[in-house]
Amino acid sequence: MLLLHENGPPLLRAENLEKRYKGARGRGSGESVTALGGVSLSICPQTTLALVGESGSGKSSLALCLACLEPLTSGCIWFGGRDIAALDEPHLRAVRPQIQLVFQDPASSLSPRLTATEIVSEPLLIQQRFGKQERCARARGLLERVGIPREKAGQTPDEFSGGQRQRLAIARALALEPKLLILDEALSALDCSMQAQIANLLLELQSSLGLTYLFITHDFPMAAHLADEIAVIDRGKIVEMDASRQIVRAPKHDVTRRLLAATPGSFATTPLLRVV
Amino acid sequence: MEEGAGEGPPQLHLMTPLLEVANLAVAYTSRTGGEVAAIAGASFEVRAGETLGVLGESGSGKSTLAAALLRLLPENGKIQKGVVLFEGQDLLQAEPRELEKIRGGRVALIFQEPALALHPMLRVGQQVQDVLAAHRTLPRRALRERTLELLSSVFPADAERISSSYSHQLSGGQRQRVLIAQAIACEPALIIADEPTASLDPTTEQEILSLFRTLQQKFRLAMILITHKPAVLAGLADRVLVLYAGRVVEIGPTETVLGSPHHPYTQALLGCLPPPIESYANCSKTNLPVIAGDSANLALLATGCQFEPRCAERMNICIKSEPATVGLSNTHVVACFKYGG
Repeated sequence: MLLLHENGPPLLRAENLEKRYKGARGRGSGESVTALGGVSLSICPQTTLALVGESGSGKSSLALCLACLEPLTSGCIWFGGRDIAALDEPHLRAVRPQIQLVFQDPASSLSPRLTATEIVSEPLLIQQRFGKQERCARARGLLERVGIPREKAGQTPDEFSGGQRQRLAIARALALEPKLLILDEALSALDCSMQAQIANLLLELQSSLGLTYLFITHDFPMAAHLADEIAVIDRGKIVEMDASRQIVRAPKHDVTRRLLAATPGSFATTPLLRVV
Repeated sequence: MEEGAGEGPPQLHLMTPLLEVANLAVAYTSRTGGEVAAIAGASFEVRAGETLGVLGESGSGKSTLAAALLRLLPENGKIQKGVVLFEGQDLLQAEPRELEKIRGGRVALIFQEPALALHPMLRVGQQVQDVLAAHRTLPRRALRERTLELLSSVFPADAERISSSYSHQLSGGQRQRVLIAQAIACEPALIIADEPTASLDPTTEQEILSLFRTLQQKFRLAMILITHKPAVLAGLADRVLVLYAGRVVEIGPTETVLGSPHHPYTQALLGCLPPPIESYANCSKTNLPVIAGDSANLALLATGCQFEPRCAERMNICIKSEPATVGLSNTHVVACFKYGG
C-alpha cells in the first residue's frame, strides 16, 4: 500500500480506524457490529481518493468517522498536524469546517424550509462568521460558482431539479472553505446526464480551489474517471489501494476483480447475455 | 431467442404482439389546476417472451408509463387517450373486476423500492402466499407448498428461512427477490419492472438481472424493464425504447440503440457516461461530454421538438413543430427531423 506522495505529505492520514456499533436491543446482550476493522489510508492534498465497495462494506461509516461526526472505537486521524480523533467537542468544532460532507440524496439532506441562499449561508451563521450582508453576498457568489441561476437563489429545494439540488449541497459544503470534501455517493442518485454535469463541476472546483476529495461510490467507471487513487473496501477493511490505473488494469484482490466484473462494459461490445 | 436480434425480418408483424400500446397520452392535474402532459402519444409493442427496455431520465415519464399500462395512476393522473391491448383486450376499457384479475395475474408489476413494497409486519412468505390466494383458489396446504416452491426459485439455498423472515431482516437484494417471487406467483405473461435494481449495489444488481434472465427463459416471460441506466439494458433487453419528456424518441434493437444511437438525445445521453473500464487509460480528469441545460420540465413544455433547447443539432424546423416517427429500418424507429421526421 505504498503510495506516491507527489504533493508532499498527505492532507489526511487515517491509522487503524476501528468502529464498532453496539448491537441493537434485544439482539443478544451487547453484541457489537464491527463496521471498520482497522482501516488505514491517506489522501494527498488536491487529489481524489475514491473509496469503492459494496453496500454494507463500511463506506459510509468511514465517511462519518473521518468527518468526526461519529466517534471512533479506536484509531487516529491525522489532519493538519494533529490527531483529530482525539479532540474533544469544542476543539472539533474548529476542525469540522475543514472537512465537509456531501450526501447521496440532496432531497433529504437539505432543509425544505430554507431558500437556496439561506441553505448556503447557514454554515457561516453557525460558525458566526461575517455579518449578515457579507454572508448573503458569499452565498450568492457560491451559488453562481456551482452554476445555480440567480433567479433560483430565493427558492426552496423542492423547486430545484435533482442535479440542481446536488449543486446546492455542494455550494453549502464549500461555504466554510473546506480543504477536504467527502462525497458520499454524491452522484449515485442522479441521472447519467446530470452525473456528467456534476462530475465536471467537481473537477473544475478541485482545480480552481485546490480541493481534496474522498469520493465514495460503488460506480467503478466514475471512480476511475475522477480519482487519482482508488481504495477498495470490503467488510470494514481496505483490501487494495493503489493508483487508479493500477487498480483498473491489474486488480490484485478478488473483491476488486469481482467489483470490476460487475461493471458494465462498452455497449458496442456487450453481447446479449441470453441463457439458451 | 432468434427473433428480436439484429434485423428482425418483417414476418414479426404477422405475430400478434402480447402488448400493443397505441397513442397513449397521460396528463396530471397540477395543484394550480393546470394540466401537465406526462406521456404524449406513446406507441410501442411487446412481443411474447421479449424484453423491452425503457430508458429515460427523471421526469421522462417512465414510471407514469408503467402505472398507466395497468391503470394505477394516482388520483390526479388521467389517461387522455390511447389503446393498451393486452392479449387482445383493451386494458383502458376493462371493467375493474377484469383488471383486478390481470394485475398480479397475467401482468405483474415490480416496484423500485422493495423496502416500501413489502409489508413490515408480515412474514414475507405470507406476502407471497397472499398474491397466490388473491388469484387462485387452492387449499391451504397447496398454497403453502406453492409459496415455498416460488421462494425456492429465487432463493435456491434457504427458501424456508426467508419465508419466515420479515422484510427488515432481509437485505435489499433479498427483498427484491421476494418481490420477484410475488411477481411470478401466478405465471404472468408480462412483468413490468420499474427500476428494479435502482437501490442495489452493482454486484447485487448483476445477480438480480441474471435472475431475471433465468426466469424469463424458464417461464417465457415478456418484460418491460424501466431504468435510467443504459448499462442495465445492455445484456438484458432485446429492444430499447428511449423516452424523453413523455415522448418516445427512439426504439430499436438494443445493439442498435445503445451501440449506434441515432436520435441526438440518445447519442448525447450515452456520451455522458464515463469511459468504460476496458478502454480506461489513465485518470485524465478531463470533462465528460454533457447535455446542456436541465432535464425537461414537463410543466413548461413548448411547441416543437421537446429536446430542441438542449439539442446540439437543432434546426429551424425543430422549434416549430414536433417530429413524427421515422422508420430507419424494419426495427429501428426515430422521432427526429434529422431523419426526415
